[in-house]
Amino acid sequence: MAKITYIEASGTEHVVDVETGLTVMEGAIRNLVPGIDADCGGACACATCHVYVDPDWMARTGGRESMEDSMLDFASDVRDNSRLSCQIKVNEALDGLVVRLPEQQG
Amino acid sequence: MSAGIVIIGAGQAGLSAAEALRRRGHAGPVTLVGEEDAPPYQRPPLSKAYLSGELPADRLWLKPPAFYETAKIDLKTGVRVTAIDRAKKRVITAEGEAIAYDQLIVSTGGAARRPPIPGADLPGVHVLRTLAEADALSGALGQARRLVIIGAGYIGLEVAASARKRGLDVAVFEAADQAMARTASPLLGGWFGALHRGYGVDLQVRAGVAAITGAERADGVRLADGERVEADVVLLATGLTPGVSLAEAAGLNCADGVLVDGDARTSDPDIFAIGDVARFDSALYGRSLRLESVQNAIEQAKAAAAAITGAPASYDPVPWFWSDQYDLKLQIAGLIEGADQMVRRGDPEEGHFALFHFKDGVLIACEAVNRAPEFMAAQRLIAARARPDPDRLRDVTVAMREFLS
Ligand SMILES: Cc1cc2nc3c(=O)[nH]c(=O)nc-3n(C[C@H](O)[C@H](O)[C@H](O)COP(=O)(O)OP(=O)(O)OC[C@H]3O[C@@H](n4cnc5c(N)ncnc54)[C@H](O)[C@@H]3O)c2cc1C
Ligand code: FES
Repeated sequence: MAKITYIEASGTEHVVDVETGLTVMEGAIRNLVPGIDADCGGACACATCHVYVDPDWMARTGGRESMEDSMLDFASDVRDNSRLSCQIKVNEALDGLVVRLPEQQG
Repeated sequence: MSAGIVIIGAGQAGLSAAEALRRRGHAGPVTLVGEEDAPPYQRPPLSKAYLSGELPADRLWLKPPAFYETAKIDLKTGVRVTAIDRAKKRVITAEGEAIAYDQLIVSTGGAARRPPIPGADLPGVHVLRTLAEADALSGALGQARRLVIIGAGYIGLEVAASARKRGLDVAVFEAADQAMARTASPLLGGWFGALHRGYGVDLQVRAGVAAITGAERADGVRLADGERVEADVVLLATGLTPGVSLAEAAGLNCADGVLVDGDARTSDPDIFAIGDVARFDSALYGRSLRLESVQNAIEQAKAAAAAITGAPASYDPVPWFWSDQYDLKLQIAGLIEGADQMVRRGDPEEGHFALFHFKDGVLIACEAVNRAPEFMAAQRLIAARARPDPDRLRDVTVAMREFLS
């Protein structure tokens, strides 16, 4: 279990517990956090699950895989801390993780 | 009092429509009626991670139970609609209940097609469309050594890959002269055929199946040329029959799909159809299309929700689709039918490449194997009816971004 804080573009915060083994994307869907569409359901095929990882957490979430990196290359408003949340697996080390959601997906 | 919106079919399209209506601020009642017992779930993993055992069922659900409560969507699972009564604007369920509607959305998807092959209804012959069918297939594979798959489309090939992961012997028989014949180019189909053979799948093209053999239960197939191949389990992976029967019986215009306009509206202005069951006119491709993809289910659902809430939609997407086989990701943007020129980027021998297809100099499709930038850029280029320079496309040192400026 890990506590994850999702912050909407509007500033609204959602602090939820996410089971180990799920992805950060699934944590949002299961807890009704708006702002992540996840059209492809986590197949790394749609780039509609874009989040910004809080800079303090980037070392612990790890970097982008190459497929993820090139999908993100074409998403809007991509920054250094952009990730596809379906590609971040939740584990105990991510307890306390903070991610911010973009204005829009895609 | 308003009767609200009734949605027949609680799959990807129906759920997406319900969600899109709420997002657009529609406040009236929304009833989502589904024949399956499961709440709306993702089908793509059924042939992939779910079948190979890597993904448990509780990760298939599209939404948690709380979603339906919070969004006030009246989800009725295990309920089949048996008739649409257009005169009284209501639908009738198998239990005889009548549910009134102001607007109706038909998102009935379809059922796995069962071709008229002798023996197709023997026990031990499976199809794969629903979670229940996936569970039945998965259970049977647990007892089996040898699987024969009839049809080398996406589902057939994905099941082949998943079954190989589970250690089964797998043979695939395809009547056409290449794998993925309906949607993929010959080069791509040939490449995927070779890929599967490399993983030990006995994949044969131009190999029609004449009969499924067996007295009490299926024990193999007989090919058109007389050869007999043994199997413990046989999977029919031969496409989808769109679920038009309700719409047809109600007198809506249908032709291999329920015919709809750019607002997803059928020939009855109060009835919409979306997803795998709907056929619409594509200006982009100059013909009518019935697409079977998650993207189409979601986007056409949004179009219907827009139209119902008063914002005309003119739905005309660049179709896209993905398929996972072994550790490869295939992503296809656009449709290749009618293409007159192909440009290859990257080397198929290296396991990642993209094929661009043109018609009269306009890019109409891109098939990308482990090549996401090509796929992502192609979506935009196709939408813009762009004419990228084939020589530059071929040149892998030119970044895909450069074609977008
Ligand atoms: C094994 C498999 C793998 C796939 N892989 C991919 C992939 O990788 N990528 C991709 O883009 N697409 C994939 N697809 C296709 C994708 O899943 C479909 O395009 C999508 O599910 C279509 O959504 P839909 O809502 O139109 O239809 P469905 O999801 O079929 O939903 C229709 C629902 O309506 C219900 N229904 C029908 N008639 C009635 C009735 N009379 N009363 C009540 N309910 C009714 C059905 O029970 C069903 O639950 C795959 C499909 C399958 C089967
Ligand atoms: S959910 Fe589609 S890329 Fe993450």
